[in-house]
Amino acid sequence: MIEVRFHGRGGQGAVTAANILASSAFKEGKYVQAFPFFGVERRGAPVTAFTRIDERPIRIKTQIYEPDIVVVLDPSLLDTVDVTAGLKDGGTVIVNTEKSKEEILSKLKKKPAKLALVDATTIALEVLGLPITNTSILGAVAKATGLVKLESVQDAIKEVFSGSLGEKNARAAEEAYNKTQVYEL
Amino acid sequence: MSGYEPIRKVISGNYAAAYAARDARVQVVAAYPITPQTSIIEKIAEFIANGEADIQYVPVESEHSAMAACIGASATGARAFTATSAQGLALMHEMLHWASGARLPIVMVDVNRAMAPPWSVWDDQTDSLAQRDTGWMQFYAENNQEVYDGVLMAFKVAEQVNLPAMVVESAFILSHTYDVVEMIPQKLVDEFLPPREPLYDLADFSRPFSVGALGTPDDYYEFRYKIARAMEDAVKVIRDVGKEFGERFGRDYGSMIELYRTEDADFVFLGLGSLMGTVKQAVDVLREEGYRVGAAKVRWFRPFPKRELYELAKTVDGIAVLDRNYSFGMEGILFTETKAALYGTDAHPLVRNYIVGLGGRDFTVKDIRNVASDMMKAMEGGETSEEILWYHLKRG
Amino acid sequence: MTLETLFEQKNSARKISLKSVDEYPEAPVSLGTTLSNFTGDWRTFIPVIDDGKCVKCYICWKFCPEPAIYIREDGYVGIDYDYCKGCGICANECPTKAITMEKEEK
Repeated sequence: MIEVRFHGRGGQGAVTAANILASSAFKEGKYVQAFPFFGVERRGAPVTAFTRIDERPIRIKTQIYEPDIVVVLDPSLLDTVDVTAGLKDGGTVIVNTEKSKEEILSKLKKKPAKLALVDATTIALEVLGLPITNTSILGAVAKATGLVKLESVQDAIKEVFSGSLGEKNARAAEEAYNKTQVYEL
Repeated sequence: MSGYEPIRKVISGNYAAAYAARDARVQVVAAYPITPQTSIIEKIAEFIANGEADIQYVPVESEHSAMAACIGASATGARAFTATSAQGLALMHEMLHWASGARLPIVMVDVNRAMAPPWSVWDDQTDSLAQRDTGWMQFYAENNQEVYDGVLMAFKVAEQVNLPAMVVESAFILSHTYDVVEMIPQKLVDEFLPPREPLYDLADFSRPFSVGALGTPDDYYEFRYKIARAMEDAVKVIRDVGKEFGERFGRDYGSMIELYRTEDADFVFLGLGSLMGTVKQAVDVLREEGYRVGAAKVRWFRPFPKRELYELAKTVDGIAVLDRNYSFGMEGILFTETKAALYGTDAHPLVRNYIVGLGGRDFTVKDIRNVASDMMKAMEGGETSEEILWYHLKRG
Repeated sequence: MTLETLFEQKNSARKISLKSVDEYPEAPVSLGTTLSNFTGDWRTFIPVIDDGKCVKCYICWKFCPEPAIYIREDGYVGIDYDYCKGCGICANECPTKAITMEKEEK
């Protein structure tokens, strides 16, 4: 079972990102589960969301404490939230940032085995005209982890957002996929 | 099982409830929004707006009115549905008695949520279990699939025994968690669940009559007996409908208690709803570590599966009852029921009570392992905690 | 329903007494009708109408809780003494004092 934890701020779409990732894996024949941190959401407050992906039906109903993959939608969270808490050895961290690998690593409490960086905010602003990074960051997840294909992510995005909005968000994911820098550490 | 092609979707427990209501061809929905139930009725409203469902939606000013409107609709022969949670369910309480007393097969989804104060929107079974004596049947879903299946079966059972039924799912753990659900094509649902044949139709103006008028001490008693008997008859109906569901759709609900790896088990965990998914996972882990344990999930709490519980109790030395609820002045509610069901029988397992996860506190595989070792110690006669253990309590 | 059929039903109505639980309907529907419940027996004072004072406002007809007041073909009101309990609400409400309550001789 692969467990993914998303960190974002209320309104950035972390919960939707977790759902779209689950739908993408589902399209590839996997069993999935996606859920928000069971809390009260407020715009701007730090939020977490989770995705589980497995070959078998998923029975466990608890929150995720030891993720394989951590996805950070908002770089400012690195200063306030311990995003690597519980990260498994050999785990992957994906961050939306314009900063360098060294700068990001200096902010992480635990060094991941793999680090992926993408400036999802700039991509979202260019393609969508809005700083909502959830669909862009999923392109980075596909690139960095190989967990799902970019095409599956795009199909799942178009199911959530219809018409031209879906097309734009799918393009944002593709842009991010192409621009993500992946570092094996 | 007929080789049918299910409609597989990744949806939340709440959406599973809404899709099931749509597929059951519900005719009237009256509901009032409350966290974490809201997305059920939002989705139903969307079905109506899109023309996907022919439902009369009655917006009301409270849950009490929601149930009253469902009662009115159901008394005219309509298939009626509602959904609520916690304080909303408590506000409905009076009308719940009315629905069962008038013998109306209304189906409701309750999203288990802790009762305030303090305010909490998280999972806790006390809201639904506090409605134990209202004459409603209660089905507890472990996952989103069981929410969907449960609503369809609840209608079929309810309409056969003419009693209302509650399908219970966990706040957030199911209601807002996306999971794979296999839905059934409409034609096959229709074959499983034909239109309702009501006991009476209050809208039959050619032969006016009243329902629920005064029952003097000379008559009231007999009507209570009728409800009691209908609830007992429901045991067979539930098992038959569950079996039929399995034959048609491949998921068998022929037993009121689902057993998981209980053969040769020294003791079993007994519980309701979503926490039993994690327990099954933990049973696999514990079995690998050499514990002989199993899980028994009570699917139907009302009517209570006395016979099945007895059959299970005969085969094990211990039962660890996991209660995400509490009856103040007594103990966990399932614990009470379990002991009562076994009283006077020849089954004498050690029965212990673990109060877990109240108000949504996470109950993990690690926690279940701790409960298992406490249970093993008790069964070996060693030093143990009290009989009713407030498992998560911060003790400094 | 015409008054004639109402009176016919009234005459044939009877109280049902059930002896065994099996005779009861499954749901608490009222099989019989309150037509068989002749509440006129309860009366001590009886309302008497003076058509000369009646202005056909029908306030008594609206207020009668039974209802035991009906509108006659000539437009004045009549009282169905089989059901009138003699509560006196009609007399109390009548704006022209056309209804008086008199001690009933039985």
